[in-house]
Amino acid sequence: MKITLFIPCFIDTLYPRVGISMVQILEKLGHVVTFPEALVCCGQPPFNSGYWPEARQVARPVLQGLADAEVVVIGSGSCGAMMKVFYTELFAGEPEEAAARALSAKCYEFSDFLVNQLGVTDLGAVFPHKVTIHDGCHGLREMNGKAPPRALLKQVRGLELVEMAEAETCCGFGGTFATKFPAISSAMGEVKCASAAATDADFVVSNDSSCLMHLQGLLSREGRPLKTIHLAEILASV
Amino acid sequence: MNPHAVQFQSDAGRLAADLTHRQRIQSAMAKYGAARGPRQALFRDWQEGRQTAAETKWAGLNQLDEHLVAFEKNATARGTQVHWTSTSEQARQVIVDILQRHRAQRIVKSKVMTSEEIHLNQLLESLGFQVVESDLGEYIQQLKGEPPYHFVFPCMHLSREEISDLFENHLGTAQTHDPEELTMIARRVLRQKYIEADVGITGANFLVAETGMVSITENEGNARLTAALPRVMITLVGIEKILPRLSDLALFLPMLATAGTGQPLTCYNTMYGGPRQPGEVDGPEEWHVVLLDNNRTTLLADPEQRDALHCIRCGACLNVCPIFKNVGGFSYGTTYQGPIGSVITPHLRGLQDWKHLSGASTLCGACTETCPVKIDLHHHLLHNRRNGVQQGGSRGEGLLWRAFAFLMNHPRLYGLAVRLGRLAQPLQNMIAGEALDPLQAWTKTRELPELAPQSFREFWKNHRPALPQDQRRSS
Amino acid sequence: MTERDKILQRIRLALKNPAPMPGAHGSATGLRAARTAAESARDWLPQVGPSPGDWMTLFTKHCSDLKTEIVVVGDAAAAQEQLRRLALAEQWQRVATHGAGEAAEAAGALGLPVLSTDGGYDAKELEACDAGISGCDALIAQTGSILLTARSGGGRALSVLPPHHVVVARREQLVPDLPAAFAWLHHCYGPADWPSMMTLITGPSRTGDIERILVLGAHGPKKLTVLVY
Ligand code: SF4
Repeated sequence: MKITLFIPCFIDTLYPRVGISMVQILEKLGHVVTFPEALVCCGQPPFNSGYWPEARQVARPVLQGLADAEVVVIGSGSCGAMMKVFYTELFAGEPEEAAARALSAKCYEFSDFLVNQLGVTDLGAVFPHKVTIHDGCHGLREMNGKAPPRALLKQVRGLELVEMAEAETCCGFGGTFATKFPAISSAMGEVKCASAAATDADFVVSNDSSCLMHLQGLLSREGRPLKTIHLAEILASV
Repeated sequence: MNPHAVQFQSDAGRLAADLTHRQRIQSAMAKYGAARGPRQALFRDWQEGRQTAAETKWAGLNQLDEHLVAFEKNATARGTQVHWTSTSEQARQVIVDILQRHRAQRIVKSKVMTSEEIHLNQLLESLGFQVVESDLGEYIQQLKGEPPYHFVFPCMHLSREEISDLFENHLGTAQTHDPEELTMIARRVLRQKYIEADVGITGANFLVAETGMVSITENEGNARLTAALPRVMITLVGIEKILPRLSDLALFLPMLATAGTGQPLTCYNTMYGGPRQPGEVDGPEEWHVVLLDNNRTTLLADPEQRDALHCIRCGACLNVCPIFKNVGGFSYGTTYQGPIGSVITPHLRGLQDWKHLSGASTLCGACTETCPVKIDLHHHLLHNRRNGVQQGGSRGEGLLWRAFAFLMNHPRLYGLAVRLGRLAQPLQNMIAGEALDPLQAWTKTRELPELAPQSFREFWKNHRPALPQDQRRSS
Repeated sequence: MTERDKILQRIRLALKNPAPMPGAHGSATGLRAARTAAESARDWLPQVGPSPGDWMTLFTKHCSDLKTEIVVVGDAAAAQEQLRRLALAEQWQRVATHGAGEAAEAAGALGLPVLSTDGGYDAKELEACDAGISGCDALIAQTGSILLTARSGGGRALSVLPPHHVVVARREQLVPDLPAAFAWLHHCYGPADWPSMMTLITGPSRTGDIERILVLGAHGPKKLTVLVY
């Protein structure tokens, strides 16, 4: 299958390992990976801030650039939700509405794609650590639910998964929310870090790097030994 | 920034850092979650049930005018007096007129959120009426001189010790930290109030068009007593509470209880169809239903967000909201807190004054997922943000997003920015978290991630797949 | 123009723009007639077994969860005997009841002073009674509820003012679920003979307002007993 990756700006610049891991995994499974380098952002930041015309400006090239893709796989539930769920709202009544619907139908979050489209759960990964999982809200509620990331982690050799309390509660990142309401955002993150730390895990894993950026920022500041890691990085570990 | 937004930022910031408060709310909500999950699981099909509930409300609102007229006709036929009020002032006036006509002095209220909306108590007290709240939580809040903290759990922010102090100060009772004893103190005081009251004021959860009835959901029995003993009963209710048929309650009552508290049904779900009828032994001689618009028709006029009028005020969206759990009920400064409050308050009280509440959300969607009538809550927060910008966004922010869009549409420029960022990072690190730091909003509490030495795009340029033939399309 | 007309006018104006059907997210595809709760509630509500025996088991289970006391006996005489035991155990001095049905008979057989709410009563006196003994319209297995009205329950206050509410019910009054209960109401009182109060009582009065800790007897009765024969 020809798979088109969408790599948003923060994975590109802060967490390239996530994208690289995705490429490795998909190629190892025998698929052809393409990456339209010109597409940097899905437009979620201006969209969430209420600046919809500006968001459309960013999103239009994405619609065009992905028009011919067979499937689009996204390593961040948040950008994925933007393209799968919110584009149709953003472009409702606009000339691109049909294109937005077409894109929505072929967008997948990475773990959902592996499990439900490719039908694989065992990638031969080895990761001898105790991990706990944080469900990124958009991956959880707009994209694929709880099952796929867990199904994948279950097959990783040496990995012990411990569920944290309220795994489904938001970590408090929320894009620009994190800087517009830093006190609330940090408080929410602290609650999340505390429940993750209570599991005694070595890593918090998630399928959304944006949540992890927030959590790692708090964990490092609090000086906790717990580390964050993206699901794709674990799955690519051998 | 408008004063409400400033107030919100400061209250929310203070409470979010208050660990005792956080702990108390989280533990109360954990109890709620533990009760609700298993209860909901008993439904044959909860998802189809909420879809049906949503469609019933949707169909009801589509003919709201006809249903209200039918309600009035059916209620009037049984001796109920129906009053139509457009504004808070009108509703207050109608109620004061009734009280004065009956020379009422003592008034007992069961839980009436609409009366918070129209600030009824303050007015009645200033006119010399003795008003007492009878719902335990509301009574405690009345003694405390505070509005309800949560529209279903009014005093959930208080500890038993604080409640004991409050009772000691106001009622002269001995200290006790036993919730049961505290409840019995209130029971004894309030029993006398029902018996002595001239007029009872209640709210309502549903208006049944088909039979002209009002349905009231409660656990304590205070609404039942309020509707049984005083000579005159007044029910203040929003016009959107309409349900077309009596049997619709067969679904709505258990859904409200399940979502609200995790009960199969709340203790008392009572349908009132008129004042005391011929041959009946008790009940008020007069019953007045005051229908309140108070900008509900403004929300009705917005088809995109009209479903927010489906709300049955179960409080579930507050209970699961991570923002609510951290900032608490008072920070909102609204009658209706939490996600539903953030959605509707801009319509009820002005978008520019209240749009900040829609901004204060991570859009995690927990509210939408939990809502028993499937209101698209987090989408509406986005709609309010968009409308807020359309009708008066900030110039600076607009410029910023235009620049952002420009940057993201020019990959070369973006690549340059990334390289510049790498150069700037060491400088930024020196002032991280301090006042001079342009990223202080982030760095005050969090470490900034490091830009990777090689970006994914840079990796991709040199990447050759491990496949036999290179089929990659260059883009 | 009256306020009524103004409100109705605003509503009609607002409704000129139709709202999308719930769940359709604005798409016109898949539109159909709205389902109504009244017609399809049974399909979504919690499962209830097919036989009256299942209903009784479920009702009893709910009662124990809700802290409703339930006593199932063979006949009216046994029900009266149970009531006598309750009266003795709780040292009732005076009870309240209504009408001339099973509830009144059982109350009368106690040999205690009885306040009947028929034809009116003094609220203070009713408040001073140790128990309110009433009939009901139906028992509902699905939720463990008692359905009673101003008629079958002796008015609005009898079942809520005294500290102990005792319901005397016959086995065949047990219905499976809420839709059946509403159908029963329609059958008895529709279309236009409704009592002014109809209530579903699900357990004794309660509150969780103090630290979400359950306390019974917030304002209504602290104890609820159902005597079924
Ligand atoms: S919006 Fe939904 S969840 Fe929130 S109070 Fe209303 S009905 Fe309940």
